[in-house]
Amino acid sequence: MFDALSPEEWQAVALSLRVSFWATLLSLPLGVFVAYALARWQFWGKHLLNGLVHLPLILPPVVTGYLLLLTFGRKGLVGQFLDDWFGIVLAFRWTGAVLAAAVMAFPLMVRAIRLAIEAVDPKLEEAASTLGAPRLWVFATVTLPLILPGIVAGAILAFAKAMGEFGATITFVSNIPGQTQTLPSAIYAFLQVPGGDGQAFRLVVVAIVVAMAALLLAEWVSRAIAKRISGR
Amino acid sequence: MTLSIALQHRFGDFALQAAFEAPPGVTALFGRSGSGKSTVVNAVAGLLRPDQGRIALGGRVLFDSDARVNLPPHRRRMGYVFQDARLFRHLNVRQNLSYGRWFAGTAGDAGDLGRIADLLGIGALLDRRPGTLSGGERQRVAIGRAILSRPQMLLMDEPLAALDEPRKAEILPYLERLRDELSLPILYVSHSVAEVARLATSIVLLEAGRVVTAGPATQVMADPAMAPVMGLREAGALISARVVAHEADGLTRLDSAGGPLWLPRLGARPGDRLRLRILAQDVMLATARPDGISALNILSTVVEDIRLGDGPGALVRLRLGDEALLARITRRSVEALGLQPGKAVFAVLKSVFVAQDSVGADAGAAPT
Repeated sequence: MFDALSPEEWQAVALSLRVSFWATLLSLPLGVFVAYALARWQFWGKHLLNGLVHLPLILPPVVTGYLLLLTFGRKGLVGQFLDDWFGIVLAFRWTGAVLAAAVMAFPLMVRAIRLAIEAVDPKLEEAASTLGAPRLWVFATVTLPLILPGIVAGAILAFAKAMGEFGATITFVSNIPGQTQTLPSAIYAFLQVPGGDGQAFRLVVVAIVVAMAALLLAEWVSRAIAKRISGR
Repeated sequence: MTLSIALQHRFGDFALQAAFEAPPGVTALFGRSGSGKSTVVNAVAGLLRPDQGRIALGGRVLFDSDARVNLPPHRRRMGYVFQDARLFRHLNVRQNLSYGRWFAGTAGDAGDLGRIADLLGIGALLDRRPGTLSGGERQRVAIGRAILSRPQMLLMDEPLAALDEPRKAEILPYLERLRDELSLPILYVSHSVAEVARLATSIVLLEAGRVVTAGPATQVMADPAMAPVMGLREAGALISARVVAHEADGLTRLDSAGGPLWLPRLGARPGDRLRLRILAQDVMLATARPDGISALNILSTVVEDIRLGDGPGALVRLRLGDEALLARITRRSVEALGLQPGKAVFAVLKSVFVAQDSVGADAGAAPT
């Protein structure tokens, strides 16, 4: 039962890994920026931004997926613009799955990084600025190294969330084998056909293994970095 | 290079309104906690934007509310040594020391780092992490880091306040060396009279956000009006003396404007000039030269000013050449001795502190 996965199952696993990888990587810079803004800046609409970032966490995923479809679908305001100007189509493509996963994982990522930024003493950044470092330099040489464990934790959390994303993905990009059928979508599809339990179960095992591996990796990397920057 | 400051700043109930000049040398910004010292220093560093005012170093304007000038901290070139060292814990000591040098355009100048590390006695720590250093070592690294950023002025906000007495004693000689060997103006915030007496060349006295007095250290320390602000127990004048000779019985003879002084053997060489601190409460007065007394150090002086306090005490300022001595005695004694300005008296010194020693020996109380 565990020997090998069928090509169809492999496809789903590989697609999920690919989608999660890009979703994490592409949202990371924005995640750090938004986390920094929420942690350190006072600006008009800060609460609004905070709410917006967290919305996917509390909305039913189907709603998020539908909103994505309305906005980024072929007829959607942004979707039409992207199609007309750049020839980029997201709906019902794997790239759309990346967007859905990124949006769903974003709040978790931002939370982890924001906590790390709030733990950095602004006095250290002040000290760096009196030593002649412009603001971006202060961020790159003081803040960033100190929040690295938080960034890694946020990234891996986001990756794990992206691996498990189902509701928004299936609503936005559907469940097309080989194109948009991610691991959870595949499990769902197998469970819909009689006798598909065996296949579904194998993918469940894969899902558990990937999730556990991600958590252990996160823990290990965070510890290694925390040790490096502990100053001892 | 002189730092000129004129500031107005208000937060909550506290109003700061301070104007003074810090000439080259060490200017001590002295006052109780809450008097506004740190606010002033942060405004100079650019970490706090005052409501109004002007700050200029030499001809360079750092802040001017009227002209809408407000240089950001990284362009002010102010080396700042904080009370808590604020070392970067993800970098080792060498990288911490080098941090500001990236921006000062001297990254390749490794000899400088070695020289400053030697001056501060941290040459052996370069590869260590901040977390493994003692409080005193951390503070010395912080001082080195500030100096190596090639500042035009050094700001020190109670750099010794977080340290215990032995650590303070460990760092003070290094601060004296900085003052004497680098021609870098220093604005030194402190609420310790002993530190100020030892380091300052001028003093700015701050109380409740206002400058009470400002001037050369010897002058401010000998002002009876300032004694209550400094704390009566700590009040005391600074006088200068020249080492004459080390005598056979272990005493060192010094010459002052009021006559000879003897202190237990000092590290200084004959010819060296020292600054001595004499606490007002350690000075007794006599109208005739006392006879049959164990005290060795008796200076002849002239009463210059008498300031009666609210209680039974009085502060007497005595003229000693062009310097002054403070004595804290009772009002009853003032009357009994018939003290008044112009009267010649003898000051009997119960103890003398070496406040500034040209060879950097530790300041300690010397029974006399």
